[in-house]
Amino acid sequence: MRMLFAAVAGGLFGAGLMLSGMTDPRKVQGWLDVFGAWDPTLAFVMGGAIMPMALAWAMTRRRAGPLLGGAFPAPPEPRLGHNLVLGSVLFGMGWGLVGLCPGPAMASLGYGGPSVWLFTLAMAAGMLAAPRLRVRIDTIAAGA
Amino acid sequence: MPIDWIYGLAGGLVIGLGGAVYLLANGRIMGASGILGGLIDGSGRDSGGERLAFLAGLVGVPALIALVFGLLPDTEVTGNAALLIVAGLLVGAGTRLANGCTSGHGVCGMSRLSLRGIVATVFYIGAGGLTVLAFRHILEVI
Repeated sequence: MRMLFAAVAGGLFGAGLMLSGMTDPRKVQGWLDVFGAWDPTLAFVMGGAIMPMALAWAMTRRRAGPLLGGAFPAPPEPRLGHNLVLGSVLFGMGWGLVGLCPGPAMASLGYGGPSVWLFTLAMAAGMLAAPRLRVRIDTIAAGA
Repeated sequence: MPIDWIYGLAGGLVIGLGGAVYLLANGRIMGASGILGGLIDGSGRDSGGERLAFLAGLVGVPALIALVFGLLPDTEVTGNAALLIVAGLLVGAGTRLANGCTSGHGVCGMSRLSLRGIVATVFYIGAGGLTVLAFRHILEVI
């Protein structure tokens, strides 16, 4: 049952990304291109996605737990930390260079052509390297 | 183009619906980088089945829509292999260091007014904007 609902959630996510136009890097880079031909579509996507999500978070406060058992996620960690900022900057640079982030990259694997596969494989390699990178960064930060 | 904004809003609502299902049914935060990353580095081994099922839906449903119904969205990804590899490495390592991407920090974090989600979103959009400025308008390579 957990896998069925997970697959439904993933399917909705993918279909939504496809419908929104966010699997087209030109639209993403257009959003980031404030000094060029700026494209505000991403703000509509983000706004559209935040509405049902905010409602869902409100519902978690009235329910004892998730439908399939277990517990709702813990409240957000208040501490920011250097990895949050550094990681987001690195992510933003890659996002700007090609116009793909993890969700749309995976959603367009089936129709985006070999470039999307190459990007996704490199992304997986970056994810594999991240734990070791984190240890090195934390060591440097502790010494600074 | 206003028609793109309507598709964007409609697509966004479906994305949020997916996140709401994952939260209310499975009790989990829908973050693309976290779901994949936990499988790749082994940190999410306990919930491996759920993660794989989510990714199967994420990859499979758009593929089915494209192949079965012939609805191919207009998309154009660069063919520059070096650019794709560098960007992929940056996105993969960066999202795992930051513990989230556009879906986890952006959609799920900001919708519950998480400070970490908001700060991450400010930094990745800022870095993305500066990158496009530098590489498109100054260096003119993308």
